[in-house]
Amino acid sequence: KPKKGKTKKVKRKVKSDEAPVQEMEQAEGEETEKKSESGPCFPPTFSVSEIKNKQRRHSMFLKLKEEKRKQKLELKKKKKKERKALGDKAPPKEVPKTIENQRIYDETTVNPEDEEVAFDEGTDEFSAYFNRLTNPKVLITTSDRPRGRTVRFCEQLATVIPHAHVYYRRGLALKRVIPQCVSRGFTYLMVINEDRKVPNGLVLCHLPDGPTAHFKVSNVRLRKEMKRRGKDPTEHVPEVILNNFTTRLGHSIGRMFAALFPHDPQFVGRQVATFHNQRDFIFFRFHRYIFKNEKKVGIQELGPRFTLKLRSLQKGTFDSKFGEYEWVHKRHEMDSSRRKFHL
Amino acid sequence: MSAKSQICSIWLGSETGILKGVSLTKKQAFNFCEMSCLSRDQEVCVMAWGDPHESEVLVGSVNGTVKTFSTDKGIFTATRECGDPSQGRFTGLAVTDSSMITCVESGLLKVWKEGSTETVEINVGNGICRMQQNPSQRHRVATGGKENPLKVWDLERPDKPIFTAKNVAHDWLDMRVPVWVRDIGFIPDSDKIVTCTGHHQVRVYDPSTPQRRPVLEARFGEYPLTALSLPASQGTVVVGNTHGELAILDLRKGLVRGCLKGLAGAVRGLQCHPSLPLVASCGLDRFLRVHSLEDRSLQHKVYLKSRLNCVLLSSRDLESSSADVSGDVEEVKAEEDEVWDTMETVTEKTKKRAAQKDEATVTEVDGKKKRKLVKK
Repeated sequence: KPKKGKTKKVKRKVKSDEAPVQEMEQAEGEETEKKSESGPCFPPTFSVSEIKNKQRRHSMFLKLKEEKRKQKLELKKKKKKERKALGDKAPPKEVPKTIENQRIYDETTVNPEDEEVAFDEGTDEFSAYFNRLTNPKVLITTSDRPRGRTVRFCEQLATVIPHAHVYYRRGLALKRVIPQCVSRGFTYLMVINEDRKVPNGLVLCHLPDGPTAHFKVSNVRLRKEMKRRGKDPTEHVPEVILNNFTTRLGHSIGRMFAALFPHDPQFVGRQVATFHNQRDFIFFRFHRYIFKNEKKVGIQELGPRFTLKLRSLQKGTFDSKFGEYEWVHKRHEMDSSRRKFHL
Repeated sequence: MSAKSQICSIWLGSETGILKGVSLTKKQAFNFCEMSCLSRDQEVCVMAWGDPHESEVLVGSVNGTVKTFSTDKGIFTATRECGDPSQGRFTGLAVTDSSMITCVESGLLKVWKEGSTETVEINVGNGICRMQQNPSQRHRVATGGKENPLKVWDLERPDKPIFTAKNVAHDWLDMRVPVWVRDIGFIPDSDKIVTCTGHHQVRVYDPSTPQRRPVLEARFGEYPLTALSLPASQGTVVVGNTHGELAILDLRKGLVRGCLKGLAGAVRGLQCHPSLPLVASCGLDRFLRVHSLEDRSLQHKVYLKSRLNCVLLSSRDLESSSADVSGDVEEVKAEEDEVWDTMETVTEKTKKRAAQKDEATVTEVDGKKKRKLVKK
């Protein structure tokens, strides 16, 4: 608040400064302004935003920006010169800061040698799949009365995921569908929610009694909309790539995705499904690759492409009212820092 | 092992069967498990103090065994078979003088006498979610569950409950309100009992009045309330639900006093400290959190790698350090004060920055250091 008082005083001073400047010719005015800017003429609390006249304010701002750019270039040149001069003794180049390398260390990051976590994962709901006792069988359905885009998305997903069956949801309650799926040997129930003719949510429920994950789906691209895509995927079992699922929660979600696909990929098919986690968004891509020689690979993208963001992970099969949640996304608590991620 | 267990002030039971002890002063967590062979059927369901001096922890597992863990020695001293998994999980464990009370989901409440194999059995009804003992009158227990109203039993007269709660009147659609008692608490210095339900209601019953319906009903949130705890200060209750929302409710009017933030998963275990205004919560997000009840801030957060089922707080001061440690802290503080006193004071001049840059940085560094120490 004392600052406001200062700025008011400054305004009056600026006006009085500007008045004599106006009288001179513009070129001289610019020169004097530049000179005045270089020396400590303006009071330090002066800022460009206090000039009421829009044109003048804009021109002052542009001048300020140019000054800054010049200074930056000078600094760069100087550093380059110094670097060249030092030659071998030059300090190593600094790594630019990105949000990924400034990420706050998450204490739930899984250590690969951790016995307790290994025991937890060895005996959790996915252990039946990872011990090769069951084969995945996926049921894909939508919310009631889906529109064309969602229907085509489901069909394309069914081609990407082996042993997947698409069923029309005749307004049936999921809690009644689940025991029937279990009796028919399904291991996954995938429900694609639609809003305003566009798929926007995904509920992935692991079936005997496994966790239910609820995702927000965005940026869905069907095969027709993809540029430079290859021919339709074949029936071969694809390989699966899971990138960057480091925390304990990320591990659970990564295992959920891994258990969607059968164990042994058929390398003859040369198809690969990728779930890439970056900044808590999971990007799904489906490619076909071909090795031209030992070091060069060519890839063509087939199949649908979509982005997922985890909203909640619930223990047990789908029961949004009475189920216990293992993780719920709480926007105001968890999204307050730009460098904190949970997956 | 014994040294580790003696400094632990918070005990937790996990889904993997491991008993965890946490020491807040040393900021460390320790695992105490029977053998290297763990299994899921040793998952801890209930925990209770074995004796008033809090030297023994009783741990009840899914496979029906109750293990005794000694905090002085740091090992499991005894195991007792108290039922089989076909009757359901343990929902309550309590200790009276020389006997142990267990209750399972199917409603079988057993009093196991020390030494003899005979047991007093009471059938409290099916679908029990919780059995809790009255801390002041230790021969009285309360039970409740899904479609099983709150019942208070006197173990000396086990044939009939001394108090059975009546369901609330029909709601505005004239439909029966379903009953699902999830957790029970006895209000100290009075006869009242507070329960939290799976239909997000908190109810207070008074058995001393002829009214069998709840004296007070409060609602919180939209999700089932799973845990409840009464703090040392009267008139409030802390509840937690399946979405990880912890709230402090006022029992005089039934209003929400405030929420404790930070949890991401369902609250499985909740306990308030007997004397300090602190509450410890644990849940499915694999963290132990200790909040202060006065300003609702998070005091401690500990990552424990498995999903946690129950928490047990010791009555002693959580932040208390042993005599040696406190001595060191005082000495260090004295040294620091001397250092600050001997340092020259530097005055900052804001206008001419370039000339005085060096001095300014010195003060900044000192200021930062000072700030860091004060925080500790």
